[in-house]
Amino acid sequence: MHVPFCRHRCGYCDFVTAVGRQSEHDEYVDALLRELDERQELLAGSLDTVFVGGGTPTYLESGALGRLLSSLPPAHEVTVEANPETVTPVLAELLGAQGVTRISLGAQTFESDLLAVLERQATPEVVRRAFTTLRGAGFTNVSLDLIYGIPGQRPEQLGADVAAVLELEPEHVSVYELEAKPGTRFTSAHGAELRRQIDRLEEYMELATAGLQAGGYRWYETANFCRTRHGDPRDLRSQHNLAYWLAADYVGLGVGAVSTVGSERWKNMASVTRYVSALRSGTAPARTTEHLSAAVRTWERAMLGLRLDEPLAEAEISSVLEPGGLDLMAARGLLERRDGSILLTRRGRLLGNAVTVELLRDLDDPADCDEPRTAQGTSKQVAGRR
Amino acid sequence: MSLDRIRNFSIIAHIDHGKSTLADRILELTQTVSEREMRDQLLDSMELERERGITIKAQAVRVEWKGHQLNLIDTPGHVDFSYEVSRSLVACEGALLVVDAAQGVEAQTLANAYLAIENNLEIVPVLNKIDLPQARPNEIAAEVADLVGEDASNVLHISAKTGDGVADILDAAVERIPPPAGDADGPARALIFDSSYDQYRGVIAFVRVVDGSFSSREPVRAMASGTTFEAEELGFFSPERTASDHLAAGEVGYVVTGLKDVRRLRVGDTLTSVAEPATDPLPGYKDVKPMVFAGLFPTDSDDYPELRDSLERLQLNDAALSFEPETSTALGFGFRCGFLGLLHLEIIRERLEREFDLDLLVTAPNVAYQATTGSGEQVEVHKPTEMPSDILYVEEPYIRATIIVPKEYVGVMMELAQERRGSFDHMEYLSEDRVLLTYDLPLAEIVLDFYDQLKSRTRGYASFDYDLIGFREGGLVRVDVLLAGDPVDALSLIVHKDKAYGRGKALVEKLRQEIPRQMFDIPVQAAIGSRIIARETVKAKRKDVLSKCYGGDVTRKRKLLEKQKAGKKRMRQVGSVEVPQEAFLAVLNLNESGK
Repeated sequence: MHVPFCRHRCGYCDFVTAVGRQSEHDEYVDALLRELDERQELLAGSLDTVFVGGGTPTYLESGALGRLLSSLPPAHEVTVEANPETVTPVLAELLGAQGVTRISLGAQTFESDLLAVLERQATPEVVRRAFTTLRGAGFTNVSLDLIYGIPGQRPEQLGADVAAVLELEPEHVSVYELEAKPGTRFTSAHGAELRRQIDRLEEYMELATAGLQAGGYRWYETANFCRTRHGDPRDLRSQHNLAYWLAADYVGLGVGAVSTVGSERWKNMASVTRYVSALRSGTAPARTTEHLSAAVRTWERAMLGLRLDEPLAEAEISSVLEPGGLDLMAARGLLERRDGSILLTRRGRLLGNAVTVELLRDLDDPADCDEPRTAQGTSKQVAGRR
Repeated sequence: MSLDRIRNFSIIAHIDHGKSTLADRILELTQTVSEREMRDQLLDSMELERERGITIKAQAVRVEWKGHQLNLIDTPGHVDFSYEVSRSLVACEGALLVVDAAQGVEAQTLANAYLAIENNLEIVPVLNKIDLPQARPNEIAAEVADLVGEDASNVLHISAKTGDGVADILDAAVERIPPPAGDADGPARALIFDSSYDQYRGVIAFVRVVDGSFSSREPVRAMASGTTFEAEELGFFSPERTASDHLAAGEVGYVVTGLKDVRRLRVGDTLTSVAEPATDPLPGYKDVKPMVFAGLFPTDSDDYPELRDSLERLQLNDAALSFEPETSTALGFGFRCGFLGLLHLEIIRERLEREFDLDLLVTAPNVAYQATTGSGEQVEVHKPTEMPSDILYVEEPYIRATIIVPKEYVGVMMELAQERRGSFDHMEYLSEDRVLLTYDLPLAEIVLDFYDQLKSRTRGYASFDYDLIGFREGGLVRVDVLLAGDPVDALSLIVHKDKAYGRGKALVEKLRQEIPRQMFDIPVQAAIGSRIIARETVKAKRKDVLSKCYGGDVTRKRKLLEKQKAGKKRMRQVGSVEVPQEAFLAVLNLNESGK
């Protein structure tokens, strides 16, 4: 479920966001719940996971947030994204009371100068306090986000960030490379420095990966790590995101949210106003749909599966394999083949794009192209989107 | 017209000394073209000729002057096209030697003047641009007079720009240049001094009739090739083609042959009448042999057939251009082309890109080598990869360079010639401060950037010309470039052993910068045989993965990878290494500049 509102749009952000507009929070939640209702028949009676992302879901007026959370269908894992400056004891209590099981906290970095460059609203102290507040409210599954490649960043600062994370001992860590989109305000402001950072990205990724692994975290997906600790039997991977990487079906609700069910993928248009007014008048929001051929679905299955640290069955993806690709990549030490499964080596995972491109054959099915069209009325849907 | 009323002459001049402007003035003064039709460089018909201000093809134009028929043959000024000049000169009895009154005699003027003198042409020395403030007419007139062995008072002073003195030239041409000799009533003989190709009318021969006469519709035979055809049309240039019934002894004009295959009629051949044939052909020309070779490859392999067609079409008008198919593992299918020199190469390349809209990769030019193998066999080598492995020795073409410089630049000139493996031949003072130097140099050294270097080191004051003088042994080696152990055929070079290391090092350094990092370390090496002389490494990339990928990113991510895959396909595969075309381009440019 996508909640687009934020107090401030960070310069580097490329999500669908809307700044302020507090007067619209209530009607947006209404619309979201209507879309949930409309999509009900696509959903199982009991959901595996729900993810409320943003934007900043915790920036919602507390009344609106409470109403949203209390209307969610039951699920085994319910994650809410939060920005540190929004986390108060009151909020933490509200989240806990509404059945939220997991918090994803956007820390990004613990360096105050870099937080300022990113235009984040929190200081390092605020980030730490938010984490402690969540722990104090009883949350035992908290994820922290880190970003590297920030203009002005030095490798030792990323090292310090990793150390700061290890000290807090979150259950889960996501580590992203800063993706500065061309043409944005952020990119034009930091162009030269961003180019300089590009040369360091590989060092950063190696540093973060090695540092977290050394601290007892499992590098279970290209950008994601979960804590493994003696005496804690829980699988602390993000069950919600794992579903994407295993190519399961999902329903996305809210502006810009994407759903994939079987061979159909659709995406809600990004305008908050039009989304709200469509659902208020009882029609479906404007959507673009994409038909996924069997080949595309298998291709995506392979592409996503190769991001994980678990073996991928060759049989499952054999129809999209480039002849000789597996042997070539194995010979280069980028993957291992065992018992009919393939698994990327450490280097293979760091070169995941290049390896995927070598392994998978061309997708030249003309039916795979995007056909933007607006679906009216009948489609159904829920669950997450990041 | 009777022979004694005909004068045939060319204009010899260095680039920028005003040849084309003078030709324009002559056309105006004789009212060959009306003022309305007049435009600059009228005789330079190619777009490229006008743009670069150079003449590439010879042109013949007939003008009337005081009851005389003057045939003016405009000749190219660049050394690459000196063969065109020598051919034109055979069709003339005289030459206007045009020298810039500010610049003085230049090497090309000298070379072409000597050519004219060798051909027993009467030389009319002309000092142009006397209106320029920096003109030194008396000094330069003495220089010119000295060169042609005339009295300085016989040197005409003109300004082609203002038209001042141009009439004197025409008068002098009539008075001083002898009328053509020849037997007006004998069996017809005409020398083909050039040809062009017209899409609709086939090969058009430019001829100088020596004996007898030719009539329109007459069956004609080319004596050397044996090709016969009907003269569909005869005529002269005025300056457009102007048909006439006859072309008589002494006259210069054209013959429309209707032949569709340019190879059936060679420049230098003699035309005669089928009905009343001559027994002996006129002395012809030496064959022009291409001396500089380079591979031309389309950047888009789909353009290969178009490149072939385009080369064929260019060859119709340019017999000196040769080509044969060449396959390169790095660059795909293309052609090994032979050129007269670097300017010729550049012009062909530019015409292909401009007139035929082709995108080309051009390999480093090399000269023609003669290799003698261990078994005594002689092999002509046109590209580095053809070089046999068991070489006893390799000979390369040498030239005799004529260089004229102000005396303060003699030192830097000698230094340059030395660097380029030149051996000193001769030096003399043309005037108090201008020196003529001759050096023997390997053509290969000229093919690189010799001319540019000459110009820049002498601040543009030096002029240069050369003649081929034969093949000499030269301590040459072949340098191969290897990527991850696999040779890149298109990048092999033949160089002097003293320069192999420097060239090899520059090549691998550039390649290291240009080849994108891949999944493994790529050694980039330069080697002579099995001996590695330079090495660099393109380090393996350590990361190539999109960090974030969730439900909303899947389509975008998939498309990104599809794009990456498509980009991979556009790369050229050298063994296990993918090389972007731009890398070859960068390295080939490096070769061109010779740095």
